[in-house]
Amino acid sequence: MIFGLPVISVAIWLPIIFGILVLATGDDRNAPLARFIALVGSVIGFLVTIPLYTGFVRDTSEMQFVELHDWITRFNIHYYLGVDGISVLFILLTAFFTPIVVLAGWKVIEKRVAQYMASFLIMSGIMIGVFAALDAVLFYVFWEAMLIPMFLIIGVWGGQNRVYAAVKFFLYTLLGSLLMLVALVYLYNQSGGSFEILDFHQVALPMTAQILIFVAFFFAFAVKVPMFPVHTWLPDAHVEAPTGGSVILAAIMLKVGAYGFLRFSMPIVPDASHKLSGAMIALSLIAVVYIGLVALMQSDMKKLVAYSSISHMGFVTLGFFIFNNYGMEGALLQMISHGFVSGALFLCIGVLYDRMHSRNIADYGGVANTMPVFAAFFMLFAMANSGLPGTSGFVGEFMVILGAVKVNFWYAFAAASTLIFGAAYTLWMYKRVIFGAVANSHVAELTDLTLREKVIFAILAITVLGMGLYPLPFSEIMHASVNDLLVHVARSKLPL
Amino acid sequence: MSMQNLYLLVPLAPLVGAVAAGLFGKCLGRAWSHRITIALVAVSFFASLAIFRDVMAGAPVFNAPVYTWLTSGDTSFQVGFLIDKLTVTMMLVVTFVSLMVHIYTIGYMQEDPGYQRFFSYISLFTFSMLMLVMANNFMQLFFGWEAVGLVSYLLIGFWYKKETAIYANLKAFLVNRVGDFGFLLGIGLVLMVFGTLDYAAVFANAASHAGDMAPIPGMSVNLLSAICILLFIGAMGKSAQFPLHVWLPDSMEGPTPISALIHAATMVTAGIFMVSRMSPLYELSDAALSFVMVIGAITALFMGFLGIIQNDIKRVVAYSTLSQLGYMTVALGASAYSVAIFHLMTHAFFKALLFLAAGSVIIAMHHNQDIRFMGGLKKYMPITWITSLIGSLALIGTPFFSGFYSKDSIIEAVALSDLPGSGFAYFAVVAGVFVTAFYSFRMYFLVFHGKERFADTHHDDHGDHHADAHDDGHGEHDEHGHHGSGKPHETPWVVTLPLILLAIPSVLIGFIAIEPMLYGGYFGDAIFISERHPALHEMRHEFHGAFAMTLHALTTLPLWLAIAGVASAAYFYLKRPDIPAAIQKRFQGIYTLLDNKYYFDRFNDWFFAGGARGASRFLWKFGDVKLIDGLMVNGSAKLVGMLSGVVRRVQSGYIYHYAFSMIIGVFVLLTVRNWF
Repeated sequence: MIFGLPVISVAIWLPIIFGILVLATGDDRNAPLARFIALVGSVIGFLVTIPLYTGFVRDTSEMQFVELHDWITRFNIHYYLGVDGISVLFILLTAFFTPIVVLAGWKVIEKRVAQYMASFLIMSGIMIGVFAALDAVLFYVFWEAMLIPMFLIIGVWGGQNRVYAAVKFFLYTLLGSLLMLVALVYLYNQSGGSFEILDFHQVALPMTAQILIFVAFFFAFAVKVPMFPVHTWLPDAHVEAPTGGSVILAAIMLKVGAYGFLRFSMPIVPDASHKLSGAMIALSLIAVVYIGLVALMQSDMKKLVAYSSISHMGFVTLGFFIFNNYGMEGALLQMISHGFVSGALFLCIGVLYDRMHSRNIADYGGVANTMPVFAAFFMLFAMANSGLPGTSGFVGEFMVILGAVKVNFWYAFAAASTLIFGAAYTLWMYKRVIFGAVANSHVAELTDLTLREKVIFAILAITVLGMGLYPLPFSEIMHASVNDLLVHVARSKLPL
Repeated sequence: MSMQNLYLLVPLAPLVGAVAAGLFGKCLGRAWSHRITIALVAVSFFASLAIFRDVMAGAPVFNAPVYTWLTSGDTSFQVGFLIDKLTVTMMLVVTFVSLMVHIYTIGYMQEDPGYQRFFSYISLFTFSMLMLVMANNFMQLFFGWEAVGLVSYLLIGFWYKKETAIYANLKAFLVNRVGDFGFLLGIGLVLMVFGTLDYAAVFANAASHAGDMAPIPGMSVNLLSAICILLFIGAMGKSAQFPLHVWLPDSMEGPTPISALIHAATMVTAGIFMVSRMSPLYELSDAALSFVMVIGAITALFMGFLGIIQNDIKRVVAYSTLSQLGYMTVALGASAYSVAIFHLMTHAFFKALLFLAAGSVIIAMHHNQDIRFMGGLKKYMPITWITSLIGSLALIGTPFFSGFYSKDSIIEAVALSDLPGSGFAYFAVVAGVFVTAFYSFRMYFLVFHGKERFADTHHDDHGDHHADAHDDGHGEHDEHGHHGSGKPHETPWVVTLPLILLAIPSVLIGFIAIEPMLYGGYFGDAIFISERHPALHEMRHEFHGAFAMTLHALTTLPLWLAIAGVASAAYFYLKRPDIPAAIQKRFQGIYTLLDNKYYFDRFNDWFFAGGARGASRFLWKFGDVKLIDGLMVNGSAKLVGMLSGVVRRVQSGYIYHYAFSMIIGVFVLLTVRNWF
């Protein structure tokens, strides 16, 4: 409770209310006010989520901070919120990134400032809703609502080809979600008229139905993750999105898909999940190896990091579908770390883009000469992206690889190739952009980070190093829920 | 201060120095940056000394966690220390050489704009290396392992404007990652089989898994062989063993102090240390030991050959390092772990000395590194000259010098080994003695004796890319004293003092340490040797003190090979300088092969780098762009577009079209209804 109000509801609605307030500031004459309200709202929005961590009871897998109210009684739909060890960290991660994107767009966004800031605030509330919803309809509403601000962010503040990218993004994800809706309605019928996700977890289902539901969920979630071969919207969306859009897309939105696998697919249809795990592992490993290779030759920095994201998310789905503690917790840690690291990398590219208006690697060279502080931060995040121990990027990959060895040595063998590919594409890009003699007159005129940018990067650097050196606080909180999930998934739900 | 705090102090002191110089270098200024980092490394060295005394006085082995890094399932991953004699030996070597290099850096880097950054990096390296050697579990070992790799990457590319340097550092990192790939999988197998990553628990249970098969589908290999070979692949990367040796010669693009510290004395020996630490595992797998020995032998001999034809002073020393690492690896394969560590220690001193001396010569030559343009430096640089001579004598194994005791012990141990491959290894290490002596003294004579060839040349004559690129790395360095001053002169005391301090153990440490380290049970339980590998045990019977060993050596082959190597170098490069050129012409084929380093770099560039780029381009352009986006995504969009184009025609807007279709529709419906 915060001032007598339930924590999760506050976490969801406070940023949305602030978003509306920001919108109310009107046109760009009031831009400074809009920025200020947005920053205040996003910082408070983060602070109110902290009780979720500090007040979290670690030795239970039960839902906590539960809020349950009637919503649409005709169909037995509830306003039902709660968190467990799996979702709680993502709520904090979402709220953590909102002030960062507000700050990142502080100077850069000059047109329609209020709308821009409001989009991010509203989106933040909606995404927290996705992670906290325990009613399938509520979840679906948040899930689809999430598309709208992102569609606007790409479509309005995006680059040259923004309309193609925005439509591709919208259609890809919408088509996937519609299948999920069908599955949810089916489950509503099977569960005897309940939309509660936790009730879905208990419904016995024959194998054919399980497989169909798994496939329906797969399209919804795999597109968001994104998994190979439904990943091609992501590079386009990233390239066209403004920096803040890319950051939220990479840091939070991709996690929503992976979260779906944990909250829906695996516990609702465990037998199908086991049966199809071979295919899921194969797709994950293709993502790691194939996409890792594709990233190597990208000439556009954002595309490169986008492909790198897909490759890193391959570790997440791999970790899920090997069904053991190392894999599952490693995957969750990888999701959090990937949020920090890819978010930071997109901010790095944003910093360069703001100054040079190019994302092309070939336009750079020798940036270290003119931007030494930036080069140091970029080095740290590049190393984290290559999975260097001591940074957060290592923890998840390490755990997933350890988990994969247990299941099949060759899974681990394929996954561990990221040690080479991940380092190759990241550091090769770094070399071409940052090292070398000053490449051209534009690079020579670059100015180093401003105080605002330094603050953003310093916060992220501390987080990346902190999580790398001491990941225990991140992993401890998820033990009970992960153990429970693994036990649940190991039990067959086929009708006797 | 309690011992536990002292253990913590050893790695943390340099870390504090690194952070101070790295983050606050600008405020601190140059002088305070080096004062703080040097003082803190000195603290680390003296703390190590105190720990050494404590351990020698009989303190029990310390093995305890510092903090819990992560828990998952019922496994807990910890950061912790294991302090035994093996650890403390490494700690002393690392902190001592690091301290010398820190001091030396004041002189070597004095005009470099990245002065504080350099001190920050080498202190960070010291921290990482200490974490590596003090680890009590595989996870932390891997942390240190990769962290030293990171610092090596940063330091090779220290002069980041230099194209060759940033090529070399990327190459070094990636080749090391290939090794780490194997290393990580080895760790994965350890955790899977033993359920823990703690050294003590793993070693205690190793024997009970001796006969198990590895859980690798499709392959039937012994479990411990698989683990040991996978771990050793990591060592091949870090310790630059064939065929992952390719990064080390290129790493010479970095500043000389780090060539001494990282790429000669400490980091590259991490692999040797790791295998010694894992002796309870390696002893259970003859296959792995054979593999280790053969890889080491190939490195020891064939990398030595390459040293003969190098003209860059640092590259000669680099190939010599490769070859000596091969010697250590051979010793590991022969189950003579203590001998390997012994050689690691003596080598750390004399090789750091040789590198720093080379750096001193490079300073005097205004950063020209080509030995063909040196000569006769003996009279201008007496301290550098005498310390170089000491280092070279130690390297080739001159009796009473440190290298003699360690290298001769390796040769003896290999002779007594009866594993498959030991015959070849014995040949390689014995032949290697001649090669080592030859290239070492070729360099020594070309640099310090003979005609003075530097006076008539400046670096523009030979247009060496090292020199050129180096200059822009140094910025203003070119301005003073390049063309103006005539004669070379001795370097300042901050440079020569470390040379002298390193020369002392290069001479003495072998004679003093051989008896306790090899035969006196110095390492105690830190190193385990199976009864099936009795080489060291037999050597102990024949050992009657260091002096007797020296006398005995006068009658054996290696010493005479070393003398022959020096003599032929003297004849070729002092008496008859025309002969080498003639040989080069006569054996053009061999020369070309050596000059191209057996074509390894070319092959790797073509096959691995080129292959990866090609595959990448293909998968991207064909897989993602054509197949998925072109056919599936935009294809289905087009299909929808086409279909809707057809359907759209129906909606023509003409009433009579609609009326017509309505009539047809009614007709069809009626027909259907009547028929069914």
